[in-house]
Amino acid sequence: MSATTSARRSSAGSASPVRKPKVSTGRRVSGWLWTLLAVAIALCWIFPVYWMVNSSFLSTLTLQRSTPTWLPFGGSLENFRNVFADGSFVKALSISLGVTLLTVAVAIVVAFLGALAISRFRFKGRRSFILAMLLIQMLPAEGMFIAQFKMMASWGLVNNILGLTLLYAAAVIPFTLWMLRGFVAGVPAELEEAAMVDGLSRTQAFLRITFPLLAPGLVASAVYAFLQAWNEFTIALVVMQDNDMRTLPLWLRGLVQASATRETDWGLVMAGSTMVAVPVIIFFMIVQSKMSSGLVGGAVKG
Amino acid sequence: MMSVDAPASPAPEAAPPTAGATPIRRRRRSLTPWLLIAPALVIIIAAMGYPIFWQLKTSFQKYGLKQQFNPDLPPDFVGFDNYVKVLTNPDFLAVLGRSILFCFLAAFITVILGFLLALLMKRVGKVARLILQIALLLAWAMPVAASMTVWVWLVDWRNGVLNYLLGRLGLDVENHNWLADPTTFFVIALIIVIWAAVPFVALSIYAGLSQISEEVLEAAQMDGATGWQRTRYITLPLIAPVLSIVLLLQIVWDLRVFTQIKFLQDAGGVANATDLLGTYIYKMGVGSADFGSAAAVSVIMLLLTVALSWYYVRSIMKEED
Repeated sequence: MSATTSARRSSAGSASPVRKPKVSTGRRVSGWLWTLLAVAIALCWIFPVYWMVNSSFLSTLTLQRSTPTWLPFGGSLENFRNVFADGSFVKALSISLGVTLLTVAVAIVVAFLGALAISRFRFKGRRSFILAMLLIQMLPAEGMFIAQFKMMASWGLVNNILGLTLLYAAAVIPFTLWMLRGFVAGVPAELEEAAMVDGLSRTQAFLRITFPLLAPGLVASAVYAFLQAWNEFTIALVVMQDNDMRTLPLWLRGLVQASATRETDWGLVMAGSTMVAVPVIIFFMIVQSKMSSGLVGGAVKG
Repeated sequence: MMSVDAPASPAPEAAPPTAGATPIRRRRRSLTPWLLIAPALVIIIAAMGYPIFWQLKTSFQKYGLKQQFNPDLPPDFVGFDNYVKVLTNPDFLAVLGRSILFCFLAAFITVILGFLLALLMKRVGKVARLILQIALLLAWAMPVAASMTVWVWLVDWRNGVLNYLLGRLGLDVENHNWLADPTTFFVIALIIVIWAAVPFVALSIYAGLSQISEEVLEAAQMDGATGWQRTRYITLPLIAPVLSIVLLLQIVWDLRVFTQIKFLQDAGGVANATDLLGTYIYKMGVGSADFGSAAAVSVIMLLLTVALSWYYVRSIMKEED
């Protein structure tokens, strides 16, 4: 490996009496090679995302050429117009928005109360409750969805926004609760107590002191719940079987289904995918760092 | 925020609220915490607890002809028959083996690649690092359904980019459908799953690497340790807790890979030979209505997940105490 040789060379250099060792040519060259490698890998990783956006501007005829068109020159918004043409996108969008917003509202309120309980109170069963939340968060939907479907069917909640919301809320509450717990624990109870000494009631102290400090945590958790519900595919596939009740991921699946045998309008599909992905990418950038620190726990901070 | 260097000893019951102790208010018996967790418990028990209970019950039952003719008849209790049936079924064993192989391959390759990318991010300058981080974040942020439509388009046998590029390299792949053959199907699925999972792993490991003090590494360099030796004997042991946690999370997540397989199956046409646990249960439950066996497979999958997750949950609980 060239890293080894260059490092050895520079360590030999640091043994010389000069205090600040000069950067050797070999090291500079290998530095450029590493930079080049990093950029090349970045291009590989970003390519599918780029390809989605690029293709979304190109006409079906252009996309069917045997040579790919690498840049969207001469593209148009035609595909985006077509996405709206038959109304199925708008329908799926409204279902997705309904389920997602309901899930976020339910999950945030419920998880926030739970987070208060485990970070501000020590009670019998607290440990078991935390353990249960952590375990449930790991359970795969695929190991439950048949039973969940049977249950929804017996309650008459198949193809129903409320039914899907119930399943989504249960799926996101454990992690949302865990994430919020970190934020609540970060606001010292002494702050609230000091405000109470100054004459505020417990509720007032909470609303005026603690709550504003928790706002960033609540936003981050809400975005997490939003992303989960917006992107979810597995449970929706089982529970929303009616074509009129499809969420956006199911709508996208409908577009590429049987693409092996049927001509697919890839420009349209890519425009649809872009519209599903863009809000997610923006939200994701906002909360990414907070989410991953919750997942890996203290290990990263060690 | 959590931190592992906080003292792990539990605060004594009557201790005054000194600085550093967790601000826990009421230690006496009170209904308030229970009222606060009640909504979460109700929702989770309704949406998950009950189905899991139903599943356990159903996995010990059989709906036979008798019940089909007379739906009022209760199903027969058959003990472990469903499990025996499933575990001796060569189809299921093939799916189970494939799922385990797939998830371990994907998880290990992801963590190795993520580790290498994290080292690379440490090594390059600010600009290159930022470019790499943004690229990884964008890939990570892609909704799985949207990314799957792009991948299906990239590997499309008529005018996908993959076949074009391979053709330019001189391979005769015109109109070759990679999804029609189980082996290449799984290679493509593996690439997609790894592509999507590496960003989380690389950025987590990078965050861990940033915590290693420069002085330790410099001291080792003074003592004549080569770059490889420093990575092997200093960085790797210090980063091991992060590595083990992300590896574990990847294994659990890759065991349940469903969306990617479903999209590729839809696009490719071959079905049975490309099933993993998720799609297998889906077909059993939706397609064949053999609920006893589907429930047994689901229970096996849940048990497998719990067993795999146990170490992760335990290590987080330890920090909690």
